[in-house]
Amino acid sequence: MSVAQFLTIFISAVFIYNVILSRFLGLCSFVAISKETKPALAMSLAVMFVTTMSSIITWFIYRFLLIPFNLTYLRTISFILVIATFVQFVEMVIRKLTPPLYRFFGIYLPLITVNCAVLGVAVLNIDMFFINGRAIAGSFYYSVFQGICVGLGYTLAMLLMSGIRERLDFCNVPGALKDFPLAFIIASIMSLSFLGFNGFRF
Amino acid sequence: MKKLFHEFLKGVIKENPTFVLVLGLCPTLAVSVSVMNGIGMGIAASFVLLGSNIIISLLKNFIPDRIRIPCFIVVIATFVTITELTMKAYSPALNRALGIYVPLIVVNCIVLGRAEAYAQKAKVINSLFDGLGMGVGFTLALILISAIREFLGTGKLMGYTPIKGFEPAFVFALPSGALLVIGLLLGFFNILKNRKI
Repeated sequence: MSVAQFLTIFISAVFIYNVILSRFLGLCSFVAISKETKPALAMSLAVMFVTTMSSIITWFIYRFLLIPFNLTYLRTISFILVIATFVQFVEMVIRKLTPPLYRFFGIYLPLITVNCAVLGVAVLNIDMFFINGRAIAGSFYYSVFQGICVGLGYTLAMLLMSGIRERLDFCNVPGALKDFPLAFIIASIMSLSFLGFNGFRF
Repeated sequence: MKKLFHEFLKGVIKENPTFVLVLGLCPTLAVSVSVMNGIGMGIAASFVLLGSNIIISLLKNFIPDRIRIPCFIVVIATFVTITELTMKAYSPALNRALGIYVPLIVVNCIVLGRAEAYAQKAKVINSLFDGLGMGVGFTLALILISAIREFLGTGKLMGYTPIKGFEPAFVFALPSGALLVIGLLLGFFNILKNRKI
């Protein structure tokens, strides 16, 4: 476990392999909710929270349940179930305890269950930080950190996109390209500019 | 019989999951680097779609309404696991190429969307054809996108070189090319749709 390793995870998760612009995880929500900045920010924060928490939970499940009992082939089923349950649970807690917060991002929470980014992070963590069914040194910290960083990358892409799309309202866009098609073309140009970060090789 | 054929055809053209419903784009964009990957992903997703549609419409009277989503997810995840293990055993190269996008079929909006919007209300035979149609539509869309990207990005199609001396633009093999192709294709299909009306 070293600082350099954490730095590598940070830069690759946020910039080089940005969840949305390079790995294409969570594209549906990215295109659907990025029309205005405020909902985009709420969604991003909700995603960041869930990716972090699900990284923690799925790590424990994989390390202490699936590996000892030789059940690693149940990875997909167990992860998605736990994530779905967790999201539902968080939604209920927030609705009960802090109604303002629920109004702020409660409606986006159920959407996160089927957000590819959340399950994607969990699977990526397992692929990267477990070798031959054994956890590498510090793999728990790396997993959690990667969960946070993927959330940050999502937030970055979301904020950039919503900022651009808010200004697009004042532009005269060809009819056929309105909404979805234009959003993808903008994302393509953003992805092209993020390509510059590929120069960072460790 | 005619109705069933209609059920099948609507997934291919009128309600094409990729170009009309705009669902399940994450795997579409990520694996469409080459036509072979596109076909592999299309077949895998079609199998999951077909299986989950049949099982869910068989179980529709037993699944309580309030917890239907988790129930659907378990059924879907089971089929995804079957696909994943089969693929690992019989074509490890394809499995490596598709990577994490195989387990991610679970959260593919098309599969859950069809379960929610169609299979939980329809008869088994109808759901079967609906799943088949959607699967074929998805596969065809994947082949179209990956053919464009493979040709423009590497100058090849399925490993062959159709036009000698064509200078490929590598950007189409990169993520940014995928987003550009899907954006322009969606725009193109919008024009076609509006012209018909």
